[in-house]
Amino acid sequence: MGAGEKSSAPISMVVLMRRKQLIHVSSKKSSLNKSRFGALPWIAPVIVMIVVMVLYPAYEMIRTSFHDVDQTGFMKKWNGLTNYRVLFKNPDLIPVMTRTLLWVVVIVLATVLISLPVAQILHSKFPGRKFVRYAIIVPWAASVVMTATSWRWILDSFYGILNTLCLDLHIIKEPIDWLGNTTQSFIWLMVVAVFVSVPFTAYVILAGLTTVPEDILEAATVDGATGFQRYRTIIFPLLRPALLVSTVINLINVFNSFPIIWVITGGGPGYATDTTTTLAYKLSFRDQNIGASASMATINFMIILLFIMAFLKVSKWKEASE
Amino acid sequence: MSSLRTKRFTGRKVSLAISGYIIGLLFTAPYIHMLLTSLKPKSEITAIPGTYTPKVWSFHNYIEVWKIIPLAQYLKSSFFIAFCATVIVLICAVPAAYYVARNRFRGRTAFLLLVLITQMFSPTALVVGIFREIVKFHLVNTYLALILIYAAFNMAFSVWILSSFFSSIPFDIEEAAWIDGASRWGTLRRVILPLALPGLVTAFIFTFIAAWNEFVIALTLTSDVKHEPLTVGLTSLIGQYQVQWNYLFAGSLIAIIPVVIMFALIEKWLVGGLTAGSVK
Repeated sequence: MGAGEKSSAPISMVVLMRRKQLIHVSSKKSSLNKSRFGALPWIAPVIVMIVVMVLYPAYEMIRTSFHDVDQTGFMKKWNGLTNYRVLFKNPDLIPVMTRTLLWVVVIVLATVLISLPVAQILHSKFPGRKFVRYAIIVPWAASVVMTATSWRWILDSFYGILNTLCLDLHIIKEPIDWLGNTTQSFIWLMVVAVFVSVPFTAYVILAGLTTVPEDILEAATVDGATGFQRYRTIIFPLLRPALLVSTVINLINVFNSFPIIWVITGGGPGYATDTTTTLAYKLSFRDQNIGASASMATINFMIILLFIMAFLKVSKWKEASE
Repeated sequence: MSSLRTKRFTGRKVSLAISGYIIGLLFTAPYIHMLLTSLKPKSEITAIPGTYTPKVWSFHNYIEVWKIIPLAQYLKSSFFIAFCATVIVLICAVPAAYYVARNRFRGRTAFLLLVLITQMFSPTALVVGIFREIVKFHLVNTYLALILIYAAFNMAFSVWILSSFFSSIPFDIEEAAWIDGASRWGTLRRVILPLALPGLVTAFIFTFIAAWNEFVIALTLTSDVKHEPLTVGLTSLIGQYQVQWNYLFAGSLIAIIPVVIMFALIEKWLVGGLTAGSVK
């Protein structure tokens, strides 16, 4: 009994302390929430940065597209849709738009199709897997400009290593000018774009693969499911969120892709390997046609907004933010 | 039965390992080729057809490149711009991420939506508007312009990754610190930040690399040697009459290697941050 009494004192003290704590905490919390500025002091710096450096340029770009702008960039007067009309009169526009569609669809599809087996291999256990995983990171981490430079050198018609390799393997008999015609060089641009997109995509799919429960796969094996059946009925459905999210992020990145085209072909000859992103850039900074460039860029902006809405849908961000 | 299983397993393992090594080789081949080219003397670079490995291994390019192009200046610019942008991101993102992780408040959803939308925008998409704004503010050819733009466009990733780290820290730990008399700021500094260190490191490295690698904005907003970062400075070597590939690649590798090592360090947390937590 005595022992019980001894121990009860500390317990009540603990309870008392707990109560104090609760009061302490709640007063602290409520004082914080009721403070005059609320969340603002905490989140304002981020909002200011985003408004000034992201939203304002977007507004400025859209506004420019509806104004008469001279070559030096001086904005003269409102001229409605004239810039858009000038842009659409450009005979190169429709080919560039078609090419952009091809660019985005082919690269994103090829990226996902290649990333699926790559991720599967990176997921399975083999000696040296860690090093292979690090190797895949290289194109993701390295500056795309420098990667593109390296590819331009590889594809060089005289000194390029690709010609040497293909000659040695007897795939070709004479050196080929890989970037010699526009179709061929556009295909190579797409190859490079897939090359830089696969690492990120494979890593997202890899993250998805780690969510596949091992015991379910084992149970399926015991029940006699083949490897393909397991992939189709268990793994693939569980990969859906990873696939959707990585596809939409790739759509945006590939659509915005600039350095690969810029370094390897410059979008040329003429506008023959341009996408709408590089076209908008060239119209402004090479042709000094700022009005038409702003309207091209505004159209691009709207397309990206559509992709972002798709992202918000597939990422279920509202649930994630709760 | 068991021996049969192990056997099948081994065969599968060998083919998996081989395909793994091939993939690893394929994705590093352009960079290995870059390295080998940077170790060739000039005469070997213009051999037809091109050679795989240098006949004479020469580290000469790595010494000469500093004199041929203002590499030290480029590196200094890139480092200064990336470092300042990263510091601004952390100063702005840490309090925001902490508050978002710990409180429900009016406008929270709108704030997160704003952050997520900016995460999806690359500066490339807005370069025409950005250029006009920077001209208006007379900030062409300044570090400040690039620092502010890189900070703003990379804010989202850091807010996202840090708030997920902060919400994973149990509230009890914070309570305990308050009882001991720590202020809210003191708790954040002495208790929460050390626990969220991996998140801080990830945010730091990610922003630094993004700023270090950026090309389009730097190409548009800088045109003098003093302010050009490395990505722009190096590519200016390509446009000229003769491309000096050996120097170009020596310079590129000096820029790539530290970045790849840093990236490998934060690989674990990248996917979660980039997909706004929707995958991992």
